[in-house]
Amino acid sequence: MPLTHLPDAEAQCTALAELIRPQLLPNTMLVGIHSGGVWVARRLTQLLGLPEQIGLIDVSFYRDDFGEKGLHPQVKPTSIPFDVDGRPLILVDDVLYTGRTTRAAINELFDYGRPASIRLAVLADRGGRELPIYAEFCTWEVELRKNQELVLEPDAAGRLQWRQAEHA
Amino acid sequence: MHNPQLNAQGELTHLLTTDGLPREILTQILDTASSFLEVSDRDVKKVPLLRGKSVFNLFFENSTRTRTTFEIAAKRLTADVINLDVGRSSTAKGETLLDTIDNLVAMHADMFVVRHSASGAPYLIVDHLHRIGRTDVHVVNAGDGRHAHPTQGLLDMYTIRHYKKDFSNLTVAIVGDILHSRVARSDIHALNTLGAGEVRAIGPQTLLPTALAKMGVRVFNDLQDGLRGCDVVIMLRLQNERMNGTLLPSAREYFRCYGLTPKTLALAKPDAIVMHPGPMNRGVEIDSEVADGTQAVILPQVTFGIAVRMAVMSILAGN
Repeated sequence: MPLTHLPDAEAQCTALAELIRPQLLPNTMLVGIHSGGVWVARRLTQLLGLPEQIGLIDVSFYRDDFGEKGLHPQVKPTSIPFDVDGRPLILVDDVLYTGRTTRAAINELFDYGRPASIRLAVLADRGGRELPIYAEFCTWEVELRKNQELVLEPDAAGRLQWRQAEHA
Repeated sequence: MHNPQLNAQGELTHLLTTDGLPREILTQILDTASSFLEVSDRDVKKVPLLRGKSVFNLFFENSTRTRTTFEIAAKRLTADVINLDVGRSSTAKGETLLDTIDNLVAMHADMFVVRHSASGAPYLIVDHLHRIGRTDVHVVNAGDGRHAHPTQGLLDMYTIRHYKKDFSNLTVAIVGDILHSRVARSDIHALNTLGAGEVRAIGPQTLLPTALAKMGVRVFNDLQDGLRGCDVVIMLRLQNERMNGTLLPSAREYFRCYGLTPKTLALAKPDAIVMHPGPMNRGVEIDSEVADGTQAVILPQVTFGIAVRMAVMSILAGN
């Protein structure tokens, strides 16, 4: 059964910013995971008044299912335009599920240096974890079946919104 | 027609030539390469994509530079790289090409990077792997005879796209010994597939193949005429072994007629870029002032070449 009500993703971004705000340190930087996480991270920098610069991660080169699925046809460049060493980082994604994407992103960040800390912020946590990964900042816990998927996407006006997809 | 580079799903499993490679695959390789470019700028210049995979460099013909760039690319993907100086070992002792392949497959090779003086040698290997049911082993052609050098063609396309963005309005000239050049062939096929506005071949009649017009190429024997209005000038190396007098009078004569100098380059568009696959013969096909000038993008080509080879190897390994 599809979810009857999908929450307002923009309002969730505002709530997420308020969860993060008390924990911010002067040199904290956000790192968004392509593509949903990057949109959320950009919202958060505006809401929190952080510098516009954020890190962007495409975990395609670090995925653990490369052997089965091959390389994603549209890989985006990873860009970490600041020094990672000794810096507190907040990794931002739209949906937390198995934790495998987060694992890949953490591994990739360590190839840039040794951050002081990495914390995880997500709009939605849909359970189903396969790794010991936990989102410290999360605005929505939701139960979904395996064939259901939550998709975050911007509408024509650029406002983020949720869409629910079902696979066969 | 059956394309031995593609699997039943139409995905790239071997890279043998740019001829007949669909535009989507060419574009996918170039797009992927642009993501790999950044990896070489990191503290840790490595991603774990090919961790645990064994890449065998099989160079039956010498080429330190191409072998090195493939080795660097594979190592930045965390593969294990084994360089075999086959010209000097097994083959010299009389082993056939396919026996060498069987032995390396028995050593659990995952990928072969093959350079061979005989056109078609990598095809023979692909065909053999297919026959012995080892479709999980991938082959990259690193230059076969006069036939193809697809990764050089692809890195040339990457370089052109990097500086010129769009192919459709470009005039691209390839200058020199096109008859013996696998680079020229790979470039022409890729340029045609990517929709380049006009492709020109410039050289003495003795160094131009007869089928160029069939490939949609405009032929010029005069360098000045050919360079007029060009956006991209690709200089080819004049191989010394062609200098025996039957095809060319002398290196000095060649330079006088076909060497790229600041004066002849001025006939191309002011923002034209100058490319060269290396190694260069200064004073034979290119003047030092041009080679070291602001329009030359010869060293960026080398940097892009690593990223393009990383893209090719990781796409193949994933299919």
